Amino acid sequence: MFITDSEVQSLEEQARKIRVSIIHMLAEAKSGHTGGPLGMADIFTALYFKLLKHDPKNPSLDIRDRVVLSNGHICPVLYATMAHAGYLPIEELLTLRKFGSRLQGHPHREFLPMLETSSGPLGSGLSQAVGMAIADRIDHGKVSPRFIYTFLGDGELNEGQNWEAAMLAAKEKLGNLIAIIDRNNIQIDGYTEDIMPLSPLFDKWKSFGWHVIEIDGHDMRAIVAAVREAQTIFEKPSVIITHTIPGRGVPYMEHRFEWHGTPPGISDISGAPAKADQVKEALRALGE
Amino acid sequence: MSNIHLNTKIFDTDVEQVPIRKGFGEGLLESAKKNQNIVGLCADLTESTQMHLFKKEFPDRFIEIGVAEQNLASVASGMAAMGKLPFITSYAMFSPGRNWEQIRTTICYNDQKVIIAGSHAGVSVGPDGGTHQAIEDIAITRVIPNMTVIVPCDAVEAKKATMVSALRKEEGGTNTPVYIRLAREKSPVITTSDTPFEIGKAQVFYELDTDRFLLLEQKRGNSTSTFKLDSDTHGIRHDVAILACGALVHNALLAAKQLEEEGIAAKVLNMATIKPLDIEAVLSVAKETGALVTVEEHQIAGGLGGAVAETVLTGLKRGQQPVLECVGVHDRFGQSGTPQELIKEYGMTVSDIVAAVRRALARK
Repeated sequence: MFITDSEVQSLEEQARKIRVSIIHMLAEAKSGHTGGPLGMADIFTALYFKLLKHDPKNPSLDIRDRVVLSNGHICPVLYATMAHAGYLPIEELLTLRKFGSRLQGHPHREFLPMLETSSGPLGSGLSQAVGMAIADRIDHGKVSPRFIYTFLGDGELNEGQNWEAAMLAAKEKLGNLIAIIDRNNIQIDGYTEDIMPLSPLFDKWKSFGWHVIEIDGHDMRAIVAAVREAQTIFEKPSVIITHTIPGRGVPYMEHRFEWHGTPPGISDISGAPAKADQVKEALRALGE
Repeated sequence: MSNIHLNTKIFDTDVEQVPIRKGFGEGLLESAKKNQNIVGLCADLTESTQMHLFKKEFPDRFIEIGVAEQNLASVASGMAAMGKLPFITSYAMFSPGRNWEQIRTTICYNDQKVIIAGSHAGVSVGPDGGTHQAIEDIAITRVIPNMTVIVPCDAVEAKKATMVSALRKEEGGTNTPVYIRLAREKSPVITTSDTPFEIGKAQVFYELDTDRFLLLEQKRGNSTSTFKLDSDTHGIRHDVAILACGALVHNALLAAKQLEEEGIAAKVLNMATIKPLDIEAVLSVAKETGALVTVEEHQIAGGLGGAVAETVLTGLKRGQQPVLECVGVHDRFGQSGTPQELIKEYGMTVSDIVAAVRRALARK
């Protein structure tokens, strides 16, 4: 076993708190993405509170693992997780997207130097992670002291650059690289399989020479086991396809692509409470 | 000019001709011997971009990316984030052409120092035709914040520019990403290893000394009795300044020589750094001459001509504004032909530069 029952419970409670922070920060910003951040809260929690080699009090720790957020628009979950892990004051989350804030609408290192990359335009994060993994291998050979993680959205895989990077990672046998795909089936204009079908996603990555793991992205045990498995794979990059429910934890948002890029409280969306009640209802659903 | 140490054979018909890109390859190799953090990435054009010299010497620091320029730029960004100094090469049309957004966001916005060398720039690429002739690359790189843009005039300067770019600011280099524009064809060697090169500094490559100026004034029938040797300029006021970059600096020099023979005093500045532009030098020659001619193998819009126009219009008082003529490509694509045919077709020959000077003087 990689993880005890009490650890699972504690991580799940941490993920719940992070989701609550996400709702608070988006409600305050009155703009930003909701669906993806809520869907990815469990994986970010597992990574930052269990799996990552890092030190929130020393963000530039040399031997730290690297985390490259390619789908920069889900940064509310990154900021909220980093705040709860001790990188930032939790109150600062309410500055999201405001003038002068370190928490830019899409992550920018100039404002928040502890980020590994600035990101937003889709499709380039995997390339940057590949570059980090190659650099690390040049310095340390096949046995690297660290892992390079990168988060990708599924809609983002429409971008051809991902597949350029996927080929290079396999060619370079980057066992120190772990990509995590948020397979939530939505993108801005609708469901991924209507916009540009990605299926069979598992087979695509396998045929590109990657070790592929497919899991339920809300199952803490599965998340931890998958990352541990990926860490054992030698001379091959790994990708974890995490099936998630966008808007997870707030029933009126779950599976609805309309909540991809909309915060609670500013627009009436079918199936949701009136906009004046959306924030309160989201927090209630999350146990607040 | 005596401290510039130019090639003494500049005006000879048998002046040595070397491709500018060759200087890049040699500079990269030499820098890489000194700095083990340097890595080389190429998009399937190792020999064309002269990165093969580095690859041969340092195979473990070379990454073949394949024909994937977007990946090329972003992989380099990731390597820079881990402390490497990546050099990336392809044809200028594809890098920084194809991968402009990746250079903008993952390199410049991300503040990672990557040296981008774009080879085969300009119409003188020749027979390959317009698809492969980058004549927009200066414009698209110089608008990106946090970017340095260098256009070497010959192989010797390209080597220096490459080596200086690899240095940190404290060492006389730069901490920003750099775009170095290279050309395919052989072109005249203008400079020598003793010619100074500094990022952000224009160099005067042609000017009249006192004796030649007095001779020219006499030829023009002007009195030289009031000539003051003790002033800053030694009393010399050139009629026009030609601001050139890249291999066309040679045509600019030939034009200046011809103009001097015809009784016109022209100064030639090598504008090796397009960004940051040497504003002080541009404003100074604008005030001295009141007539500027820019010369570049690139679109006028957004290129050196555009940069100089922005600088003089925003930097000088009404009475000091110079007239400006721009030699370069005027809103057209390239096409197949020999380099000579194309330089003629697009109006960048020595006589085109002379004609532009005459137009400028007529408007003065």
